[in-house]
Amino acid sequence: MKKPTAGALLLAFVPFLAVCFSVSLWDRVYPLIFGFPFNLFWLICWIPLTSLCLWGAYHLMDSSNKRGSHE
Amino acid sequence: MTSRVVAMTIIFGIILLAAIIGLYSGRKRQMTLEQWTVAGRGFGLIFVWLLTAGEVYTTFAFLGASGWVYSRGGPTLYILAYMSLAYVLSFFILPDIWEAGRKFSLHTEPDFFQQRYGSKALAAFVAIVGVVFIIPYLQLQLTGLGIIVEVASFQAISRPLAMLIAFVVVAGFVFASGIRAVAWVSVLKDILMLFAALSIGIGIPFHYFGGIRPMFKILVATKAAHLTMPGSTAHMGHTWYISSVLLSALGGYVWPHNFGSAFTAKSGETLRRNAVIMPLYMITMPMLFFVGFTAVLVLPRLANGDLALLTLVRQTFPAWFLGIVGGAGAVTAMVPAAVLILTASTLFAKNFFRPLFQPSMTDDDVAKLARILVIVLTGIALTLAIFSSISLVELLLLAYAGIGQFFPGVIFGLYWPRVTTMGVFSGLISGVGLAMLLVFSKHDPVFGLNAGFIALCLNVMVTVAVSLLTTAQRSGLEERTEAIAVAD
Repeated sequence: MKKPTAGALLLAFVPFLAVCFSVSLWDRVYPLIFGFPFNLFWLICWIPLTSLCLWGAYHLMDSSNKRGSHE
Repeated sequence: MTSRVVAMTIIFGIILLAAIIGLYSGRKRQMTLEQWTVAGRGFGLIFVWLLTAGEVYTTFAFLGASGWVYSRGGPTLYILAYMSLAYVLSFFILPDIWEAGRKFSLHTEPDFFQQRYGSKALAAFVAIVGVVFIIPYLQLQLTGLGIIVEVASFQAISRPLAMLIAFVVVAGFVFASGIRAVAWVSVLKDILMLFAALSIGIGIPFHYFGGIRPMFKILVATKAAHLTMPGSTAHMGHTWYISSVLLSALGGYVWPHNFGSAFTAKSGETLRRNAVIMPLYMITMPMLFFVGFTAVLVLPRLANGDLALLTLVRQTFPAWFLGIVGGAGAVTAMVPAAVLILTASTLFAKNFFRPLFQPSMTDDDVAKLARILVIVLTGIALTLAIFSSISLVELLLLAYAGIGQFFPGVIFGLYWPRVTTMGVFSGLISGVGLAMLLVFSKHDPVFGLNAGFIALCLNVMVTVAVSLLTTAQRSGLEERTEAIAVAD
Protein backbone atom coordinates (compact mmCIF):
# COMPACT_ATOMS: atom_id res chain seq x y z
CA MET A 1 0.00 0.00 0.00
CA LYS A 2 1.24 3.48 -0.85
CA LYS A 3 2.00 5.85 2.00
CA PRO A 4 1.50 9.55 1.34
CA THR A 5 4.75 11.52 1.33
CA ALA A 6 5.13 14.94 2.97
CA GLY A 7 5.37 16.54 -0.48
CA ALA A 8 2.13 14.90 -1.62
CA LEU A 9 0.29 16.05 1.51
CA LEU A 10 1.62 19.58 1.06
CA LEU A 11 0.55 19.64 -2.58
CA ALA A 12 -2.92 18.40 -1.60
CA PHE A 13 -3.20 21.20 0.95
CA VAL A 14 -2.72 23.85 -1.75
CA PRO A 15 -6.34 23.60 -3.09
CA PHE A 16 -7.65 23.93 0.50
CA LEU A 17 -5.73 27.18 0.85
CA ALA A 18 -6.74 28.41 -2.58
CA VAL A 19 -10.48 27.80 -2.57
CA CYS A 20 -11.38 27.63 1.13
CA PHE A 21 -9.26 29.48 3.69
CA SER A 22 -8.30 32.41 1.46
CA VAL A 23 -11.91 33.31 0.60
CA SER A 24 -11.70 36.89 1.91
CA LEU A 25 -8.85 37.63 -0.52
CA TRP A 26 -10.64 36.61 -3.72
CA ASP A 27 -14.35 37.07 -2.99
CA ARG A 28 -14.77 40.21 -5.07
CA VAL A 29 -16.38 41.26 -8.37
CA TYR A 30 -13.42 43.23 -9.77
CA PRO A 31 -11.23 42.89 -11.72
CA LEU A 32 -13.57 41.26 -14.24
CA ILE A 33 -11.61 38.62 -16.15
CA PHE A 34 -12.94 37.62 -19.60
CA GLY A 35 -16.13 39.23 -18.32
CA PHE A 36 -16.40 36.93 -15.29
CA PRO A 37 -16.63 38.28 -11.74
CA PHE A 38 -13.26 37.63 -10.09
CA ASN A 39 -14.51 35.13 -7.47
CA LEU A 40 -16.23 32.95 -10.07
CA PHE A 41 -13.21 33.11 -12.38
CA TRP A 42 -10.89 32.14 -9.49
CA LEU A 43 -12.93 29.07 -8.55
CA ILE A 44 -13.32 27.92 -12.15
CA CYS A 45 -9.52 28.14 -12.57
CA TRP A 46 -9.08 25.96 -9.53
CA ILE A 47 -11.09 23.08 -10.98
CA PRO A 48 -8.30 22.02 -13.39
CA LEU A 49 -5.61 23.27 -10.98
CA THR A 50 -6.93 20.92 -8.26
CA SER A 51 -6.64 18.04 -10.70
CA LEU A 52 -3.12 19.17 -11.48
CA CYS A 53 -2.15 19.23 -7.77
CA LEU A 54 -3.48 15.71 -7.32
CA TRP A 55 -1.67 14.57 -10.44
CA GLY A 56 1.53 15.98 -8.92
CA ALA A 57 0.83 14.26 -5.59
CA TYR A 58 0.19 11.00 -7.45
CA HIS A 59 3.58 11.16 -9.15
CA LEU A 60 5.42 12.22 -5.99
CA MET A 61 4.01 9.18 -4.19
CA ASP A 62 4.68 6.96 -7.14
CA SER A 63 8.36 7.87 -7.42
CA SER A 64 8.99 7.76 -3.66
CA ASN A 65 7.40 4.32 -3.46
CA LYS A 66 9.51 3.06 -6.34
CA ARG A 67 12.64 4.35 -4.65
CA GLY A 68 11.45 2.78 -1.40
CA SER A 69 11.00 -0.64 -2.99
CA HIS A 70 14.43 -0.57 -4.65
CA GLU A 71 16.23 0.10 -1.43
CA MET B 1 -48.62 17.45 -31.51
CA THR B 2 -48.73 20.04 -28.78
CA SER B 3 -45.47 21.01 -27.15
CA ARG B 4 -46.69 19.39 -23.93
CA VAL B 5 -46.99 16.01 -25.62
CA VAL B 6 -43.60 16.32 -27.35
CA ALA B 7 -41.79 17.19 -24.09
CA MET B 8 -43.52 14.43 -22.13
CA THR B 9 -42.88 11.80 -24.80
CA ILE B 10 -39.17 12.58 -24.74
CA ILE B 11 -38.93 12.60 -20.94
CA PHE B 12 -40.69 9.28 -20.57
CA GLY B 13 -38.70 7.87 -23.49
CA ILE B 14 -35.52 8.71 -21.56
CA ILE B 15 -36.89 7.20 -18.32
CA LEU B 16 -37.82 4.05 -20.24
CA LEU B 17 -34.35 3.86 -21.78
CA ALA B 18 -32.85 4.15 -18.27
CA ALA B 19 -35.09 1.29 -17.14
CA ILE B 20 -33.99 -0.94 -20.02
CA ILE B 21 -30.28 -0.23 -19.44
CA GLY B 22 -30.69 -0.79 -15.70
CA LEU B 23 -32.54 -4.07 -16.00
CA TYR B 24 -30.23 -5.35 -18.73
CA SER B 25 -26.99 -4.56 -16.85
CA GLY B 26 -27.33 -7.29 -14.24
CA ARG B 27 -28.45 -9.98 -16.68
CA LYS B 28 -26.90 -13.43 -16.46
CA ARG B 29 -25.30 -12.69 -13.14
CA GLN B 30 -26.27 -14.39 -9.96
CA MET B 31 -27.14 -11.56 -7.58
CA THR B 32 -25.21 -12.56 -4.47
CA LEU B 33 -24.66 -9.97 -1.74
CA GLU B 34 -21.14 -9.40 -3.10
CA GLN B 35 -22.39 -8.82 -6.68
CA TRP B 36 -25.40 -6.76 -5.71
CA THR B 37 -23.66 -4.36 -3.34
CA VAL B 38 -20.06 -4.07 -4.61
CA ALA B 39 -20.18 -5.65 -8.10
CA GLY B 40 -17.71 -8.35 -7.04
CA ARG B 41 -15.05 -5.63 -6.42
CA GLY B 42 -14.27 -5.65 -10.13
CA PHE B 43 -14.80 -2.09 -11.41
CA GLY B 44 -11.90 -0.50 -13.29
CA LEU B 45 -11.26 3.22 -13.72
CA ILE B 46 -14.10 3.88 -16.18
CA PHE B 47 -16.83 2.28 -14.09
CA VAL B 48 -15.57 3.74 -10.82
CA TRP B 49 -15.58 7.12 -12.54
CA LEU B 50 -19.12 6.63 -13.82
CA LEU B 51 -20.33 5.50 -10.42
CA THR B 52 -18.74 8.33 -8.43
CA ALA B 53 -19.79 10.91 -11.01
CA GLY B 54 -23.28 9.42 -10.90
CA GLU B 55 -23.39 9.79 -7.14
CA VAL B 56 -22.14 13.35 -6.71
CA TYR B 57 -24.12 15.01 -9.47
CA THR B 58 -27.58 14.86 -7.95
CA THR B 59 -30.80 16.77 -8.52
CA PHE B 60 -29.48 19.24 -6.02
CA ALA B 61 -26.66 20.15 -8.40
CA PHE B 62 -29.08 20.39 -11.32
CA LEU B 63 -31.97 22.36 -9.80
CA GLY B 64 -30.52 23.41 -6.46
CA ALA B 65 -27.32 25.07 -7.69
CA SER B 66 -29.07 27.29 -10.24
CA GLY B 67 -31.82 27.88 -7.68
CA TRP B 68 -29.33 29.01 -5.03
CA VAL B 69 -27.52 31.23 -7.53
CA TYR B 70 -30.88 32.80 -8.31
CA SER B 71 -32.12 33.28 -4.76
CA ARG B 72 -28.86 33.62 -2.76
CA GLY B 73 -26.11 34.51 -5.21
CA GLY B 74 -22.50 34.53 -3.92
CA PRO B 75 -22.77 31.89 -1.16
CA THR B 76 -23.56 29.27 -3.84
CA LEU B 77 -19.88 29.33 -4.79
CA TYR B 78 -19.29 26.93 -1.90
CA ILE B 79 -20.56 24.13 -4.18
CA LEU B 80 -17.70 24.73 -6.65
CA ALA B 81 -15.18 24.57 -3.81
CA TYR B 82 -16.33 21.65 -1.69
CA MET B 83 -16.74 19.12 -4.47
CA SER B 84 -13.10 19.40 -5.63
CA LEU B 85 -11.86 19.31 -2.04
CA ALA B 86 -13.86 16.16 -1.35
CA TYR B 87 -11.90 14.49 -4.19
CA VAL B 88 -8.64 15.70 -2.69
CA LEU B 89 -9.55 13.91 0.56
CA SER B 90 -10.74 10.84 -1.30
CA PHE B 91 -7.32 10.61 -2.95
CA PHE B 92 -5.79 9.74 0.44
CA ILE B 93 -8.66 8.09 2.30
CA LEU B 94 -10.47 5.87 -0.20
CA PRO B 95 -7.50 3.62 -1.09
CA ASP B 96 -7.05 2.88 2.64
CA ILE B 97 -10.76 2.14 3.04
CA TRP B 98 -10.61 -0.08 -0.05
CA GLU B 99 -7.66 -1.95 1.44
CA ALA B 100 -9.61 -2.68 4.63
CA GLY B 101 -12.61 -3.69 2.53
CA ARG B 102 -10.63 -6.24 0.54
CA LYS B 103 -8.88 -7.65 3.57
CA PHE B 104 -12.02 -8.19 5.63
CA SER B 105 -14.66 -8.55 2.87
CA LEU B 106 -16.52 -5.41 3.89
CA HIS B 107 -19.64 -4.31 1.99
CA THR B 108 -20.81 -1.26 3.92
CA GLU B 109 -19.66 1.59 6.13
CA PRO B 110 -21.06 -0.02 9.33
CA ASP B 111 -19.07 -3.17 8.36
CA PHE B 112 -16.00 -0.95 8.61
CA PHE B 113 -17.01 0.34 12.05
CA GLN B 114 -17.68 -3.19 13.25
CA GLN B 115 -14.32 -4.45 12.00
CA ARG B 116 -12.35 -1.49 13.35
CA TYR B 117 -14.06 -1.13 16.74
CA GLY B 118 -15.30 -4.69 17.24
CA SER B 119 -18.73 -3.50 18.35
CA LYS B 120 -21.99 -4.70 16.84
CA ALA B 121 -23.90 -2.06 18.77
CA LEU B 122 -21.79 0.76 17.30
CA ALA B 123 -22.16 -0.71 13.80
CA ALA B 124 -25.94 -1.04 14.22
CA PHE B 125 -26.10 2.55 15.47
CA VAL B 126 -24.11 3.81 12.47
CA ALA B 127 -26.42 1.81 10.19
CA ILE B 128 -29.61 3.23 11.64
CA VAL B 129 -28.27 6.82 11.69
CA GLY B 130 -27.20 6.26 8.08
CA VAL B 131 -30.64 5.06 7.01
CA VAL B 132 -32.39 7.88 8.89
CA PHE B 133 -30.34 10.56 7.09
CA ILE B 134 -30.37 8.83 3.71
CA ILE B 135 -34.18 9.08 3.67
CA PRO B 136 -34.30 12.93 3.55
CA TYR B 137 -31.62 12.87 0.82
CA LEU B 138 -33.72 10.37 -1.10
CA GLN B 139 -36.79 12.49 -0.52
CA LEU B 140 -34.86 15.42 -2.00
CA GLN B 141 -34.19 13.47 -5.22
CA LEU B 142 -37.84 12.47 -5.45
CA THR B 143 -39.13 15.99 -4.91
CA GLY B 144 -36.67 17.32 -7.51
CA LEU B 145 -37.83 14.74 -10.01
CA GLY B 146 -41.46 15.61 -9.33
CA ILE B 147 -40.72 19.29 -9.96
CA ILE B 148 -38.97 18.52 -13.25
CA VAL B 149 -41.78 16.45 -14.72
CA GLU B 150 -44.44 18.84 -13.47
CA VAL B 151 -42.80 21.90 -15.07
CA ALA B 152 -41.79 20.07 -18.26
CA SER B 153 -45.31 18.74 -18.76
CA PHE B 154 -46.78 22.24 -18.36
CA GLN B 155 -48.49 20.98 -15.18
CA ALA B 156 -50.26 18.20 -17.12
CA ILE B 157 -48.71 15.45 -14.98
CA SER B 158 -48.96 15.94 -11.25
CA ARG B 159 -45.92 15.65 -9.01
CA PRO B 160 -47.07 12.54 -7.10
CA LEU B 161 -47.81 10.64 -10.32
CA ALA B 162 -44.41 11.55 -11.83
CA MET B 163 -42.61 10.49 -8.63
CA LEU B 164 -44.53 7.25 -8.52
CA ILE B 165 -43.68 6.29 -12.12
CA ALA B 166 -39.99 7.19 -11.89
CA PHE B 167 -39.51 5.43 -8.59
CA VAL B 168 -41.17 2.23 -9.63
CA VAL B 169 -38.54 2.23 -12.39
CA VAL B 170 -35.68 2.95 -9.95
CA ALA B 171 -36.79 0.34 -7.41
CA GLY B 172 -37.16 -2.10 -10.30
CA PHE B 173 -33.64 -1.84 -11.64
CA VAL B 174 -32.03 -1.68 -8.22
CA PHE B 175 -33.95 -4.79 -7.24
CA ALA B 176 -32.85 -6.59 -10.39
CA SER B 177 -29.28 -5.45 -10.99
CA GLY B 178 -27.93 -3.75 -7.86
CA ILE B 179 -24.91 -1.46 -8.11
CA ARG B 180 -24.18 -2.50 -11.72
CA ALA B 181 -27.43 -0.86 -12.82
CA VAL B 182 -26.33 2.39 -11.21
CA ALA B 183 -23.01 2.47 -13.08
CA TRP B 184 -24.61 1.62 -16.44
CA VAL B 185 -27.48 4.10 -16.16
CA SER B 186 -24.83 6.70 -15.27
CA VAL B 187 -23.55 6.44 -18.85
CA LEU B 188 -26.88 7.72 -20.14
CA LYS B 189 -27.06 10.31 -17.38
CA ASP B 190 -23.58 11.71 -18.01
CA ILE B 191 -24.11 12.09 -21.75
CA LEU B 192 -27.47 13.83 -21.31
CA MET B 193 -26.22 15.98 -18.46
CA LEU B 194 -23.15 17.16 -20.37
CA PHE B 195 -25.24 18.01 -23.42
CA ALA B 196 -27.92 19.78 -21.37
CA ALA B 197 -25.52 21.75 -19.15
CA LEU B 198 -23.34 22.96 -22.02
CA SER B 199 -26.20 23.96 -24.27
CA ILE B 200 -28.25 25.78 -21.65
CA GLY B 201 -25.22 27.32 -19.91
CA ILE B 202 -24.09 28.91 -23.16
CA GLY B 203 -27.44 29.12 -24.98
CA ILE B 204 -29.53 30.89 -22.35
CA PRO B 205 -27.19 33.86 -21.68
CA PHE B 206 -26.68 34.10 -25.47
CA HIS B 207 -30.42 34.15 -26.21
CA TYR B 208 -31.16 37.01 -23.79
CA PHE B 209 -27.95 39.05 -23.75
CA GLY B 210 -25.84 37.90 -26.69
CA GLY B 211 -23.36 35.96 -24.53
CA ILE B 212 -22.01 35.24 -21.06
CA ARG B 213 -19.81 38.33 -20.94
CA PRO B 214 -22.60 40.85 -21.72
CA MET B 215 -24.85 39.05 -19.22
CA PHE B 216 -22.32 39.54 -16.42
CA LYS B 217 -21.74 43.13 -17.52
CA ILE B 218 -25.38 43.99 -16.87
CA LEU B 219 -25.45 41.95 -13.65
CA VAL B 220 -22.34 43.69 -12.29
CA ALA B 221 -23.80 47.08 -13.15
CA THR B 222 -27.19 46.42 -11.56
CA LYS B 223 -26.75 43.79 -8.86
CA ALA B 224 -23.06 43.64 -7.92
CA ALA B 225 -23.83 42.78 -4.27
CA HIS B 226 -25.61 39.57 -5.33
CA LEU B 227 -22.37 38.25 -6.82
CA THR B 228 -20.22 38.16 -3.68
CA MET B 229 -20.85 36.77 -0.22
CA PRO B 230 -23.19 37.06 1.63
CA GLY B 231 -25.10 37.79 -1.61
CA SER B 232 -28.82 38.09 -0.98
CA THR B 233 -28.65 36.33 2.40
CA ALA B 234 -28.22 37.72 5.90
CA HIS B 235 -25.69 35.37 7.48
CA MET B 236 -23.85 33.48 4.75
CA GLY B 237 -20.57 35.37 4.85
CA HIS B 238 -16.99 34.13 4.78
CA THR B 239 -17.05 32.21 8.07
CA TRP B 240 -20.17 30.41 6.88
CA TYR B 241 -18.42 29.68 3.58
CA ILE B 242 -15.30 28.19 5.18
CA SER B 243 -17.25 26.08 7.69
CA SER B 244 -19.68 24.81 5.04
CA VAL B 245 -16.94 23.98 2.56
CA LEU B 246 -15.05 22.06 5.26
CA LEU B 247 -18.12 20.18 6.54
CA SER B 248 -19.23 19.20 3.04
CA ALA B 249 -15.73 18.24 1.87
CA LEU B 250 -15.05 16.17 4.98
CA GLY B 251 -18.57 14.77 5.01
CA GLY B 252 -18.60 13.88 1.31
CA TYR B 253 -16.94 10.50 1.59
CA VAL B 254 -18.50 9.43 4.86
CA TRP B 255 -21.88 9.26 3.15
CA PRO B 256 -22.56 5.53 3.32
CA HIS B 257 -23.17 5.27 -0.44
CA ASN B 258 -19.93 7.08 -1.36
CA PHE B 259 -18.02 5.07 1.22
CA GLY B 260 -19.49 1.85 -0.13
CA SER B 261 -18.66 2.73 -3.74
CA ALA B 262 -14.97 2.50 -2.78
CA PHE B 263 -15.46 -1.25 -2.40
CA THR B 264 -16.55 -1.68 -6.03
CA ALA B 265 -13.07 -0.74 -7.31
CA LYS B 266 -10.68 -3.48 -8.29
CA SER B 267 -7.72 -1.74 -6.65
CA GLY B 268 -6.86 1.19 -4.40
CA GLU B 269 -4.83 2.53 -7.30
CA THR B 270 -8.00 2.84 -9.39
CA LEU B 271 -9.54 5.03 -6.69
CA ARG B 272 -6.47 7.25 -6.52
CA ARG B 273 -6.44 7.77 -10.30
CA ASN B 274 -10.16 8.46 -10.21
CA ALA B 275 -9.60 11.19 -7.61
CA VAL B 276 -7.09 12.89 -9.93
CA ILE B 277 -9.56 13.15 -12.84
CA MET B 278 -12.80 13.69 -10.88
CA PRO B 279 -12.42 17.48 -10.36
CA LEU B 280 -12.51 17.90 -14.16
CA TYR B 281 -16.05 16.58 -14.18
CA MET B 282 -17.00 19.71 -12.23
CA ILE B 283 -16.43 21.89 -15.27
CA THR B 284 -20.12 21.65 -16.23
CA MET B 285 -21.13 23.07 -12.87
CA PRO B 286 -20.38 26.76 -13.73
CA MET B 287 -22.68 26.33 -16.74
CA LEU B 288 -25.59 25.80 -14.37
CA PHE B 289 -24.44 28.88 -12.44
CA PHE B 290 -24.70 30.96 -15.65
CA VAL B 291 -28.32 29.87 -16.02
CA GLY B 292 -29.07 30.94 -12.45
CA PHE B 293 -27.42 34.33 -12.99
CA THR B 294 -29.36 34.89 -16.23
CA ALA B 295 -32.56 34.07 -14.35
CA VAL B 296 -31.81 36.86 -11.85
CA LEU B 297 -32.14 39.35 -14.71
CA VAL B 298 -34.80 37.66 -16.84
CA LEU B 299 -37.21 36.30 -14.21
CA PRO B 300 -36.97 38.80 -11.37
CA ARG B 301 -39.95 37.62 -9.32
CA LEU B 302 -39.93 33.84 -9.10
CA ALA B 303 -41.42 32.49 -5.87
CA ASN B 304 -39.33 29.30 -5.81
CA GLY B 305 -35.67 29.51 -6.92
CA ASP B 306 -35.60 25.75 -7.56
CA LEU B 307 -37.83 26.37 -10.58
CA ALA B 308 -35.53 28.99 -12.16
CA LEU B 309 -33.64 26.66 -14.51
CA LEU B 310 -36.63 24.80 -15.88
CA THR B 311 -38.79 27.87 -16.22
CA LEU B 312 -36.08 29.56 -18.27
CA VAL B 313 -35.53 26.49 -20.44
CA ARG B 314 -39.28 26.22 -21.01
CA GLN B 315 -39.66 29.78 -22.18
CA THR B 316 -36.44 29.85 -24.25
CA PHE B 317 -36.24 26.58 -26.14
CA PRO B 318 -38.55 24.42 -28.30
CA ALA B 319 -40.49 21.59 -26.66
CA TRP B 320 -38.22 18.75 -27.79
CA PHE B 321 -35.28 20.44 -26.10
CA LEU B 322 -37.28 20.94 -22.91
CA GLY B 323 -37.93 17.20 -23.10
CA ILE B 324 -34.22 16.40 -23.25
CA VAL B 325 -33.34 18.73 -20.38
CA GLY B 326 -36.25 17.34 -18.36
CA GLY B 327 -35.14 13.79 -19.15
CA ALA B 328 -31.55 14.62 -18.15
CA GLY B 329 -32.88 16.06 -14.90
CA ALA B 330 -35.06 13.02 -14.27
CA VAL B 331 -32.18 10.57 -14.76
CA THR B 332 -30.00 12.84 -12.60
CA ALA B 333 -32.48 12.26 -9.80
CA MET B 334 -32.86 8.54 -10.50
CA VAL B 335 -29.19 7.52 -10.47
CA PRO B 336 -28.31 8.88 -7.01
CA ALA B 337 -31.71 7.73 -5.75
CA ALA B 338 -30.92 4.21 -6.92
CA VAL B 339 -27.62 4.06 -5.07
CA LEU B 340 -29.18 5.62 -1.95
CA ILE B 341 -31.96 3.05 -1.91
CA LEU B 342 -29.49 0.23 -2.44
CA THR B 343 -27.21 1.45 0.35
CA ALA B 344 -29.99 2.09 2.85
CA SER B 345 -31.51 -1.36 2.30
CA THR B 346 -28.15 -3.09 2.68
CA LEU B 347 -27.34 -1.12 5.85
CA PHE B 348 -30.67 -2.02 7.38
CA ALA B 349 -30.60 -5.69 6.45
CA LYS B 350 -26.93 -6.45 7.06
CA ASN B 351 -25.90 -4.16 9.90
CA PHE B 352 -29.12 -3.57 11.82
CA PHE B 353 -31.61 -6.39 11.32
CA ARG B 354 -29.25 -9.38 11.15
CA PRO B 355 -27.08 -8.69 14.23
CA LEU B 356 -29.98 -7.58 16.40
CA PHE B 357 -32.84 -9.87 15.40
CA GLN B 358 -31.70 -12.79 13.25
CA PRO B 359 -27.98 -13.61 13.75
CA SER B 360 -28.39 -16.93 11.95
CA MET B 361 -29.06 -15.29 8.54
CA THR B 362 -26.66 -16.17 5.72
CA ASP B 363 -25.35 -13.57 3.28
CA ASP B 364 -27.88 -14.86 0.73
CA ASP B 365 -30.72 -14.25 3.19
CA VAL B 366 -29.37 -10.74 3.78
CA ALA B 367 -29.34 -10.09 0.03
CA LYS B 368 -32.94 -11.31 -0.23
CA LEU B 369 -34.09 -9.15 2.68
CA ALA B 370 -32.22 -6.13 1.27
CA ARG B 371 -33.95 -6.52 -2.09
CA ILE B 372 -37.35 -6.61 -0.38
CA LEU B 373 -36.38 -3.53 1.63
CA VAL B 374 -35.72 -1.68 -1.64
CA ILE B 375 -39.47 -1.65 -2.18
CA VAL B 376 -40.29 -0.74 1.45
CA LEU B 377 -37.80 2.17 1.60
CA THR B 378 -38.88 3.51 -1.78
CA GLY B 379 -42.43 3.51 -0.44
CA ILE B 380 -41.43 5.43 2.70
CA ALA B 381 -39.48 8.09 0.79
CA LEU B 382 -42.34 8.42 -1.71
CA THR B 383 -44.88 8.92 1.08
CA LEU B 384 -42.66 11.54 2.74
CA ALA B 385 -42.04 13.34 -0.55
CA ILE B 386 -45.76 13.50 -1.32
CA PHE B 387 -46.99 14.56 2.11
CA SER B 388 -44.23 16.61 3.74
CA SER B 389 -43.70 20.26 2.97
CA ILE B 390 -40.01 20.65 3.93
CA SER B 391 -37.92 22.45 1.26
CA LEU B 392 -35.05 21.01 -0.80
CA VAL B 393 -32.47 23.14 0.95
CA GLU B 394 -33.60 22.19 4.44
CA LEU B 395 -33.47 18.52 3.49
CA LEU B 396 -29.90 18.82 2.27
CA LEU B 397 -28.72 20.78 5.32
CA LEU B 398 -30.29 18.25 7.65
CA ALA B 399 -28.79 15.26 5.84
CA TYR B 400 -25.26 16.72 5.62
CA ALA B 401 -25.26 17.93 9.23
CA GLY B 402 -26.17 14.43 10.38
CA ILE B 403 -24.01 12.28 8.12
CA GLY B 404 -20.92 14.48 8.56
CA GLN B 405 -20.77 13.16 12.13
CA PHE B 406 -19.38 9.81 10.88
CA PHE B 407 -16.14 11.58 9.96
CA PRO B 408 -14.20 11.23 13.28
CA GLY B 409 -15.04 7.51 13.54
CA VAL B 410 -13.70 6.88 10.04
CA ILE B 411 -10.60 9.11 10.15
CA PHE B 412 -9.51 8.27 13.69
CA GLY B 413 -10.33 4.64 12.95
CA LEU B 414 -7.87 4.69 10.05
CA TYR B 415 -5.10 6.88 11.43
CA TRP B 416 -5.26 7.23 15.23
CA PRO B 417 -4.53 3.98 17.11
CA ARG B 418 -5.58 5.41 20.49
CA VAL B 419 -9.27 5.98 19.55
CA THR B 420 -11.73 3.75 21.44
CA THR B 421 -15.25 2.43 20.83
CA MET B 422 -16.64 4.44 23.71
CA GLY B 423 -14.97 7.58 22.34
CA VAL B 424 -16.51 7.20 18.87
CA PHE B 425 -19.89 6.24 20.31
CA SER B 426 -20.07 9.29 22.61
CA GLY B 427 -18.74 11.64 19.92
CA LEU B 428 -21.26 10.38 17.37
CA ILE B 429 -24.21 10.70 19.75
CA SER B 430 -23.28 14.23 20.84
CA GLY B 431 -22.55 15.33 17.25
CA VAL B 432 -25.79 13.97 15.78
CA GLY B 433 -27.74 15.30 18.78
CA LEU B 434 -26.36 18.83 18.49
CA ALA B 435 -26.74 18.88 14.69
CA MET B 436 -30.42 17.92 14.88
CA LEU B 437 -31.07 20.33 17.74
CA LEU B 438 -29.57 23.26 15.81
CA VAL B 439 -31.20 22.45 12.47
CA PHE B 440 -34.67 21.78 13.89
CA SER B 441 -34.59 24.86 16.14
CA LYS B 442 -33.70 26.90 13.00
CA HIS B 443 -30.24 27.82 14.34
CA ASP B 444 -28.42 27.13 11.10
CA PRO B 445 -26.19 29.04 10.48
CA VAL B 446 -25.35 29.80 14.12
CA PHE B 447 -22.86 32.63 14.91
CA GLY B 448 -22.19 32.77 11.17
CA LEU B 449 -21.00 29.15 11.14
CA ASN B 450 -22.54 26.06 9.55
CA ALA B 451 -24.46 24.15 12.27
CA GLY B 452 -23.21 20.76 11.11
CA PHE B 453 -19.65 22.07 11.39
CA ILE B 454 -20.16 23.17 15.00
CA ALA B 455 -21.65 19.74 15.78
CA LEU B 456 -18.63 18.13 14.12
CA CYS B 457 -16.24 20.16 16.30
CA LEU B 458 -18.07 19.00 19.44
CA ASN B 459 -18.02 15.45 18.09
CA VAL B 460 -14.23 15.53 17.55
CA MET B 461 -13.60 16.96 21.03
CA VAL B 462 -15.83 14.38 22.72
CA THR B 463 -14.32 11.52 20.70
CA VAL B 464 -10.77 12.53 21.63
CA ALA B 465 -11.55 13.25 25.30
CA VAL B 466 -13.51 10.04 25.93
CA SER B 467 -10.96 7.96 24.00
CA LEU B 468 -8.15 9.26 26.20
CA LEU B 469 -10.20 8.58 29.36
CA THR B 470 -11.05 4.99 28.43
CA THR B 471 -8.52 2.16 28.23
CA ALA B 472 -6.69 1.72 24.94
CA GLN B 473 -7.90 -1.08 22.67
CA ARG B 474 -6.47 -2.85 19.67
CA SER B 475 -7.64 -1.93 16.20
CA GLY B 476 -9.67 -4.60 14.42
CA LEU B 477 -8.01 -3.50 11.19
CA GLU B 478 -4.60 -4.62 12.44
CA GLU B 479 -5.30 -7.79 14.40
CA ARG B 480 -6.03 -9.90 11.39
CA THR B 481 -3.13 -8.52 9.39
CA GLU B 482 -0.85 -9.78 12.11
CA ALA B 483 -2.64 -13.08 12.26
CA ILE B 484 -2.19 -13.46 8.50
CA ALA B 485 1.44 -12.43 8.77
CA VAL B 486 1.95 -15.13 11.39
CA ALA B 487 0.14 -17.69 9.26
CA ASP B 488 2.33 -16.79 6.28
